[in-house]
Amino acid sequence: MSWDKIEIRTLKDVPKEEYFVAGHRTCQGCGPALACRYLAKAGGPRAICITATGCMYVANCSYNTTPWAIPWMHAQLGGIGSAVEGAAAAYKAMMRKGKLKKEEIHVIGLAGDGGAADIGLSAISGAMLTGHDHLIITYDNESYANTGIQASSLTPWGAWTTFTPPGKMLRLGNVRVKKDLPKMIAAGHPNVRYVATASTSFPFDLMTKIRKGLAVKGPAYVQIHTPCPKGWKYPPELTVRIGRLAVETGMWALYEIEDGQFRLTFKPPKRKPVAEYLKLQGRFAHLREPDIRYLQEQVDAACKQLGID
Amino acid sequence: MVRMLTTGTTTIATAVKHADVDVISAYPIRPYTGVMNELARMIADGELDAEYIVCDSEHTQFEIAKHAAACGARVFTGSAGIGWAFAHEALVVTPSDRVPVVAMVGNRALDDPGNFGVEHTDVLVTRDLGWMMCWPENPQEAYDLTLMGYKIAENPKVLLPYIVNCDGNFITHVRFPVDLPDEELAKEFLPSTPPPRHNVLHPDRPLSIAPHVDYYWGAEIRRQMDQAMKNAIEVTRKVHEEFNKIFGRGGPPFVEEIYTEGADAVLMGVGGMAMPARAALKQLRREGIKVGYVKLRRFRPFSTEDVVNALRKFKVVGVLDMDFSFGSAHTGGIIFQEVRSALYDLPDRPKVVNYIIGLGGREITVDVMRSLAKEVNEIAKTGEVKQVVKWIGLRE
Ligand SMILES: Cc1ncc(C[n+]2csc(CCOP(=O)(O)OP(=O)(O)O)c2C)c(N)n1
Ligand code: SF4
Ligand SMILES: [Mg+2]
Repeated sequence: MSWDKIEIRTLKDVPKEEYFVAGHRTCQGCGPALACRYLAKAGGPRAICITATGCMYVANCSYNTTPWAIPWMHAQLGGIGSAVEGAAAAYKAMMRKGKLKKEEIHVIGLAGDGGAADIGLSAISGAMLTGHDHLIITYDNESYANTGIQASSLTPWGAWTTFTPPGKMLRLGNVRVKKDLPKMIAAGHPNVRYVATASTSFPFDLMTKIRKGLAVKGPAYVQIHTPCPKGWKYPPELTVRIGRLAVETGMWALYEIEDGQFRLTFKPPKRKPVAEYLKLQGRFAHLREPDIRYLQEQVDAACKQLGID
Repeated sequence: MVRMLTTGTTTIATAVKHADVDVISAYPIRPYTGVMNELARMIADGELDAEYIVCDSEHTQFEIAKHAAACGARVFTGSAGIGWAFAHEALVVTPSDRVPVVAMVGNRALDDPGNFGVEHTDVLVTRDLGWMMCWPENPQEAYDLTLMGYKIAENPKVLLPYIVNCDGNFITHVRFPVDLPDEELAKEFLPSTPPPRHNVLHPDRPLSIAPHVDYYWGAEIRRQMDQAMKNAIEVTRKVHEEFNKIFGRGGPPFVEEIYTEGADAVLMGVGGMAMPARAALKQLRREGIKVGYVKLRRFRPFSTEDVVNALRKFKVVGVLDMDFSFGSAHTGGIIFQEVRSALYDLPDRPKVVNYIIGLGGREITVDVMRSLAKEVNEIAKTGEVKQVVKWIGLRE
C-alpha cells in the first residue's frame, strides 16, 4: 500500500504530493477536475488512472500537456468497466506468473455520469462481478457536459439541458427522475465490498472513500457529486458552495456501504430548503413555486428513507 | 509433436496456450465459440495459467483485451459476425492505441437475415482500421498463423493488433489432420514474455496514453500507424522465415501459388476455398487444362509487391469474394476491388474479373471451381470479358 493510513481526518493527513497538476483545459471552477486532483492525491504514486471519454478526457488530458503524473490512459465512453477489468486482470496474471514484479497497483477507472450510468452501465456491472481488484469512480456532473450539456440518466428532475429545454409546451425541462446508481450497484452485486458516495466539497471524506475503495479486496465503486459551472449555469467561484449546499439540502447524500452495512458519513445538522440550492443555478431558473415544493417533498421522502431526517 | 485430427478452433486454442497468454476475454457467438470453450477447459484442467474473463458483451471483450495489452499482458480474444460488429468501437481504438491484441474471427454472415454460415464481410468492414488480417486455409495454418501473429504484432516496429480469420464451420468445425508441435518448440519460436516496448501502462513509468489531440497531432499519429503497417510487411517476412526454419513448414508470407505453372489464367481467393480449388485444378491439369490458383494469405497488410509479382505473369485473374460491397465500383467484392487496384499501374495488366461465391455459407464444390477455372481460361483465350462481376450458384 502506498499510504501509511487510510482515513483522512485533518489537513495533516492529506499528502502534500500532487499527481494531477497543471496542463488541463477544463472550465474555471470545474468540479470534476477537482475530483481528479483529490483522487490522484488519495491514490498515490502506485496508482494508474484510466478515464472514459467526457470532459475529463477531452478537456482534461491533451497531447503533450498531460496533467497526470501517474500513468493514465483513455477508455471509450462506455468502456470504463472493461478498462479496469483489463488492467487489473493483466497485473494479476503477470504477477502470478512471475512476468511482473509483485506489488499492489491501484487501478482506478474514472467516468462521467453519462459514461457510467448510461452507455457503460453493462460493462461496469460486469466488472463488479469478477472479483478483480479495481475502483470505479463516477464523477457525477449530472449531464453529458462535454457534448454541450445533454440530459443523462443522472440529470435531476426539473433541470434544463439542451435535450430537455423548458419551453412553452414542455415547461419543466428534464422530467426523468435521477437514477440511483450507487444503490443499484450495491443491490445488484452483493459481493462488492465497498460502495460510497462523495462530494468534491467534502475532500477529506472523499479521499478517505477513495482509499477505502482501493484497499478493499475486489471491485469497489465511488460516485462523486461534482458541480459543473457550465452545465449548471452558475459563476465558477460557487463550485464548492453549491456542492456543500447539495449535501446540506439533502439533494445529495454522503454515505458508504461497507460489506453490506449502510452508514451515513455526514448528516447535515439542520437540513436547508432545496430552494437555496436551486436558486443559485440557472438550470433550475424556470421552476415555479409548486415545482420547487414538489421537489422538496421528493427530497424529504428520500432523506427520511436514508436516515438523514 | 503430435499428429491429430482436429478443428480450427482447437488448433487456435493450442497456439494460444503455447503463447502462454495472460488474459482472455470471452463472449459466445457461433462459429468462434469453440476456441473459448477449449481455452476455458484448459484453464480448468490446469493446462494454461491465464485470467479468463466472462464478459457482458463484445464491446467489453475488446476493451478488456486492449487495456490488458496496454498493461503489458499477452492477450487473446475473438468473435464472429454481428458480435464482431458489436465490438466495432473498441476495434477502432485498438490499433490506434498501438497494442498487440491477437483475435480470432470465425467468419460469419452478418444479420439480417440470421445465418450461421460463413461470409467474410464481417471482418472486411474492419479493413481500414489498422488490424492485420490473415486467412488460414485449414486448421494447420490456423495454428501456424496464430503463433506467428503474436510475434508479428508484438514487434516494436509494428505494435498493431492481429486477426486470424477462420471460415465459419468449414475450418472452425471440421476436423483435419494437423501437426501440433511440443510446447518447448513453440516457446523457442515465441518466448512467454513479449519483447519490451515503449507504451506499457505501469507505475514505474508514468505515461499518458491516447490523450486528446485534435488537429495539432492527429495526422502525425495516423502516419505513424501507416508506417507500422508498412513495417509489418518486412517483419512478417522475417517471422515466416524463422517459423519455417524452426517448424519446417509455414509457407510463404503473403501469396501462395498453386498449380500456376504454365497457366495463363488463375483464380484467387482467401481462406478455405483453396481446398476445392486444389482438387479442381488438379483434375483439370490431368485433362490438359492448365489453370492456377493464387491464395492470398494476408489481406492486411496487403503486400502490393507480392501480389503484383505473382499476378503480372497471367492474362486473367478471377477473384473469388465471399463478401460483397454494395454499391461499390463495378458493384463487386472487396478483395476484387483491392486486387484490381494493385494491378492498375502494370503496363500489361491482366484482366480482373470477380466471382461472388459461397455467400451465407453455401458450399463451394469442386465442380463449381472447375467451371470457374474453365471460364477464366476461356477469357484468357478469347480476351473477351462478358461480365466483370458475376454471382455464382444463385437461384434467379
Ligand atoms: C460512443 C460514443 N458516443 C458518443 C460520444 C460523444 N461524447 C463525447 S463526450 C460525451 C459526454 C459524456 O458525458 P459524461 O460521461 O457525463 O461526461 P462529461 O462530458 O459530463 O464529463 C459524449 C456523449 C462518444 N465519445 N462516444
Ligand atoms: S463543462 Fe463542466 S465538467 Fe466540463 S470542463 Fe467545464 S466545468 Fe468541467
Ligand atoms: Mg457528465
